[in-house]
Amino acid sequence: MKNSVKKDFNFILGIVLTAIVVVPAIIGIFWTPYGIDTMNNSLKMAGCSLAHPFGCDNFGRDILSRVMAGSAITLLIGLGTVAIGAVAGTVIGAVTGYYGGLADDIFMRFNDVMFSFPSLLLALVFVAVLGSGRTQLTVALGIAFIPSYVRIVRAEYVRARNMDYVKSAKLAGASDIRVMFVHILPNTSKVMMGSLLIGFNNAVLAEAGLSFLGIGVQPPDASLGRMLSDAQTYLFGKPGLAIVPGVTLIVMVLGISLLGKSDTITRIR
Amino acid sequence: MTGVIKKTISSLLTVLVVSCLVFLAFSIIPGDPAVAKLGTQATPEKLDALRESMGLNKPLFVRFISWIGGVIKGDFGTSYSYSMPVASLIKGKLPVTIILTLYSFVLMILLSVFAAIYAARREGRVLDKIIQIITQVIMSVPPFFGGILITLIFGLGLHLFAPGGYISYDVNMPKFLGYMFWPALAIALPKGAMAFSLLYTGLVTEKKKDYARTAYSRGNSTGDVFYKHLLKNACIPVVTFFGMALADMIAGSIVIEQVFGIPGLGRILLTSIQNRDYPVVEAIIVCIAVLVIVSNLLVDILYRVIDPRTADSDK
Repeated sequence: MKNSVKKDFNFILGIVLTAIVVVPAIIGIFWTPYGIDTMNNSLKMAGCSLAHPFGCDNFGRDILSRVMAGSAITLLIGLGTVAIGAVAGTVIGAVTGYYGGLADDIFMRFNDVMFSFPSLLLALVFVAVLGSGRTQLTVALGIAFIPSYVRIVRAEYVRARNMDYVKSAKLAGASDIRVMFVHILPNTSKVMMGSLLIGFNNAVLAEAGLSFLGIGVQPPDASLGRMLSDAQTYLFGKPGLAIVPGVTLIVMVLGISLLGKSDTITRIR
Repeated sequence: MTGVIKKTISSLLTVLVVSCLVFLAFSIIPGDPAVAKLGTQATPEKLDALRESMGLNKPLFVRFISWIGGVIKGDFGTSYSYSMPVASLIKGKLPVTIILTLYSFVLMILLSVFAAIYAARREGRVLDKIIQIITQVIMSVPPFFGGILITLIFGLGLHLFAPGGYISYDVNMPKFLGYMFWPALAIALPKGAMAFSLLYTGLVTEKKKDYARTAYSRGNSTGDVFYKHLLKNACIPVVTFFGMALADMIAGSIVIEQVFGIPGLGRILLTSIQNRDYPVVEAIIVCIAVLVIVSNLLVDILYRVIDPRTADSDK
């Protein structure tokens, strides 16, 4: 069993790629080599150097620092979104799936409608209502991702509610709440593990997309999406401005999705 | 047939519910459009007069009824910031977004079907691994960064198109389609990679089945077996994905329009969100909702055509 982790190519590559982005991002929460807003006229559009490994942007800001801070924000928003979506989705899915009935039918209709909308669009609507900024964006994305979790969790509860272990727990006098969250919930971890990783990736992509459109993370916060949209103006002269944040996003998403597909994670679930 | 009618009715209901929610959401958020419009020139008298003319002093329910009545007739009210009817504001832009979405959809299907058949005919361990890696990487590229890369490689590097050189469809249709190929490609690639891997798995499973061997033994060429026999069965699970991809592509075009400087619904939606110009935002969201719901309906009907078993099951 232990050896198989070593042979799990997807898992190793996934861990390595994720670490390449996530470790600097976690450092970026607390410390960056330069201030993310420190402008330096003499360094405008500076190329790579020892002091500035990825060079500087059109305002003379250090790109490495901005990418670190930007991926830190992306990481936090991704985690916040998954937390909101998964917790709310689990509670709603558990209650509707466990009790069933007319309320469940009506709610599921509504949920299916929400689910059929691209989450990016839902998030766009919520941002339009809530306003832009870090917190609003996390809430907007979190709400937009609830329907997908409701679907997954509800299906598990519908399956579980007639199983013997649930029946015997009820016979033993356990309350509904206890049955739902102490007895059934651990059994949903199998499907949840994969969908949490996929959900995180979708959140990262949606955050980057909305920030790219200018309605996500607002300056002075650094953001990968916004860096990309700023870099478009200088694409001809300095493509590096776009490539560094873009590749950071790809590596992060690729790493997480490889982890999600790997046998090691599949076995845990 | 009854299934299709039922679906259509429930789609219409969905449109109604969605418009209801959209209107409610934008009515209960704090902020007075009249104050926003007048800005520093606001005096109590002017505000009252403006609220009167904008219809803001009426109760919510009355406003909703008159709004939804207008929407049915194609009248979405007046934009706060442009002071012109919303309908004429978005009329010229809606086709651009629809064409871009359909263009990418067609590209995605063509790319994934041909690539999947090509690969499935040459199935093997090494090829499998290479394919897995390539599709996984393409799937991880955010569409807007894909757009930037396409601009960089094909536009600035190989000079195959002029970035930012958008030509409207009523000026020159062939040049419009030529330019739109690149944004459509940016949207189609990541979805196409996903569709490809689904189709590829399907084809490889199907080609080992008995009916495939029968088709071969009756003298069909490999191409015939793949296109006429296997593809249809391999498609069934992928059609659902196509449907979701089509809805996603509507969202995708709004983002990609910004990369390629295309004046579709995306730009006006974004400026309206930033200006808090709610009639425009509401109208565009309702339009997009209709597009999403219609595309879901079409996919549902397509599914019944490809796989008649579904139609039997809901009688």
